Amino acid sequence: MNIHEYQAKAILSHYGLNVPRGFLANTIEETVAATEKLGGNAWVLKAQVHAGGRGKAGGIKLVRDKAQIAQVAGEMIGMILKTKQTGEEGKLVRKLYIEETKNIKRELYLSLVLDRANAVVSIIASAEGGMDIEEVAESKPDKIITTSVDPTIGLFDFHIRNLAYGIGLERDLMQKFASVVRGLYNMFIEKNANQIEINPLIVTAENDLYILDAKCDFDDNALFKHKDIAAMEDETESSPLEVEAGKAGLNYVKMTGNIACMVNGAGLAMATMDLINLHGGTPANFLDVGGTADAERVRKAMHIIASDPDVKGVFINIMGGIVRCDLIAQGVIDASKELTRQLPVVLRMDGTNAEKADAMLKESGVKFFATNDLEEAVKQVIKFSL
Amino acid sequence: MSILVNKNTKVICQGFTGQQGTFHSEQSMAYGTKMVGGVTPGKGGTTHLGLPVFNTVGEAVKKTGASASVIYVPPAFAADAILEAIDAKVELVVCITEGIPVLDMLKVKKAIRNSKTKLVGPNCPGVITPEECKIGIMPGFIHRKGRIGIVSRSGTLTYEAANQITKIGMGQSTCVGIGGDPLGGMNFVDVISMFMEDDETDAIVMIGEIGGRAEIDAAEFVKSTGNKKPVIGFIAGKTAPHGKRMGHAGAIVSGGDDTAAAKMEIMASNGIVVAESPALLGKTVAAVLGSN
Repeated sequence: MNIHEYQAKAILSHYGLNVPRGFLANTIEETVAATEKLGGNAWVLKAQVHAGGRGKAGGIKLVRDKAQIAQVAGEMIGMILKTKQTGEEGKLVRKLYIEETKNIKRELYLSLVLDRANAVVSIIASAEGGMDIEEVAESKPDKIITTSVDPTIGLFDFHIRNLAYGIGLERDLMQKFASVVRGLYNMFIEKNANQIEINPLIVTAENDLYILDAKCDFDDNALFKHKDIAAMEDETESSPLEVEAGKAGLNYVKMTGNIACMVNGAGLAMATMDLINLHGGTPANFLDVGGTADAERVRKAMHIIASDPDVKGVFINIMGGIVRCDLIAQGVIDASKELTRQLPVVLRMDGTNAEKADAMLKESGVKFFATNDLEEAVKQVIKFSL
Repeated sequence: MSILVNKNTKVICQGFTGQQGTFHSEQSMAYGTKMVGGVTPGKGGTTHLGLPVFNTVGEAVKKTGASASVIYVPPAFAADAILEAIDAKVELVVCITEGIPVLDMLKVKKAIRNSKTKLVGPNCPGVITPEECKIGIMPGFIHRKGRIGIVSRSGTLTYEAANQITKIGMGQSTCVGIGGDPLGGMNFVDVISMFMEDDETDAIVMIGEIGGRAEIDAAEFVKSTGNKKPVIGFIAGKTAPHGKRMGHAGAIVSGGDDTAAAKMEIMASNGIVVAESPALLGKTVAAVLGSN
């Protein structure tokens, strides 16, 4: 789960790490009030959206004139921010984070990421902070220093020395840098993070280290341990259909095509999309109803996929094991009675109670195309969607 | 021979008296699996499904002689359950549970490396040697005894493959669902190397997904054996968008060699016959064995 910069900084601060003072603002008035509370003569207004590359896209503005705060805030709140990570549709800016400025002497990069292949936490540092780290990795790979920590053994001083000497850190910053790495590592482990990226970590004119920007991603599977982080979820950052699907226990990802899919199991769901594609169709979504799907969940899934206006046909592919085909059929029949928009439905069901499901569908009087042949089913649904 | 399990494998169930543990243990027993007991802390000394219940895995192993354990405990307690089975020196641990925190699995992975236990899963359908032993949640009736080994990251796609192979009149030696998590126990190489050594396996079907490089390691391994047995492969997720998680925690394209297209190309270049369509897995197996 991703969180906003202002939320990340609150957690970092809790771990004793230096972050600039700042306040969240939802309106122009709150922005002006925030700058007054901060004092000083320059402020940074930062759009709070879950996407990197905000600076280049106009999502971060430095304002030196108090009289201009309201105008700049007005331009930013409500803007559609298009960064290279948001894609063409962009993201609506709903809130700003207002921060004091710092005198930047130098910008560093520091991140912690779970390296699953090697079962370690990788800590990555670079003296080339403030830039896109992928670009640095591409153009100056020797400027990227990595050290790996086995979480069953823990972080040791040598890890920190590897990083500090690797990036050529000045001696008088060593102790401060060590505290930053330790704080981030503790947070990473205690909060079950997947990634914490600090870019930039700045050296101020006063020779202090400050975290200027932070991106955090946490393990969804561990949120049950961290109610505080789970509460930080911002549903407006996901598509409304994805949020609704999540609440119904469905795995749904919106795609750009016109054939809606409902499948049991993630692998088969992906393979079904591939098959549609292979035969010249385009999938409208990925949807895994899960291993414990019942009639009610299928009914909800039908409503969700049918609410996508691009959809012209529905393909239901069930390889019944634990999932019973008759329950799937019941959900489809229930939903088709409720839906105002009648979409052509192709059902391919095989496995547990497939024959019973077939009989139920025939009896229901609802029109379906049913087969247990996967290829035939795909060809049929593509015909409907043309 | 088959691999990992056969009709003599004695199996216990951790989370035995829970809803999942009860349902799937009943199914396994009906299939003919030699279930010998179960573990539910606090319920030791009682009987469930006609089998003894123990408080600890150590006690269960000592009293029943079980060599395999299947785990159906909730994600928050699953790592503890796996570690307990490793501690009790269970030879094969099959963990069905989905949604275990990654940091928990990092610790499990470390413990596995220092043990002789083989772990299948988590987040997997389990292992089946048709007509002998079914450990997990797969439907038994789609399988048939035969000479094709299947290893897969996906549950229902494994069923799809097994079903297609059964329908063309062939069967499976053993099917191993290794699970969809980025950090799991046995990987493709571990399972394929066992199939390569198994006298009762003539060909291997491997079903992978986008994300990670496990399939690439497997392809290179297959070539290193001199393509000792034919391997038929499929990778799901050709149409998956970049950076989006497709259901499984491990199924996310992060750039480079982990796309479906890149994996299929590398597999093909290492002598694996790649099925273009998931609907043609059975037919591809038949074609490959027919031409041999």
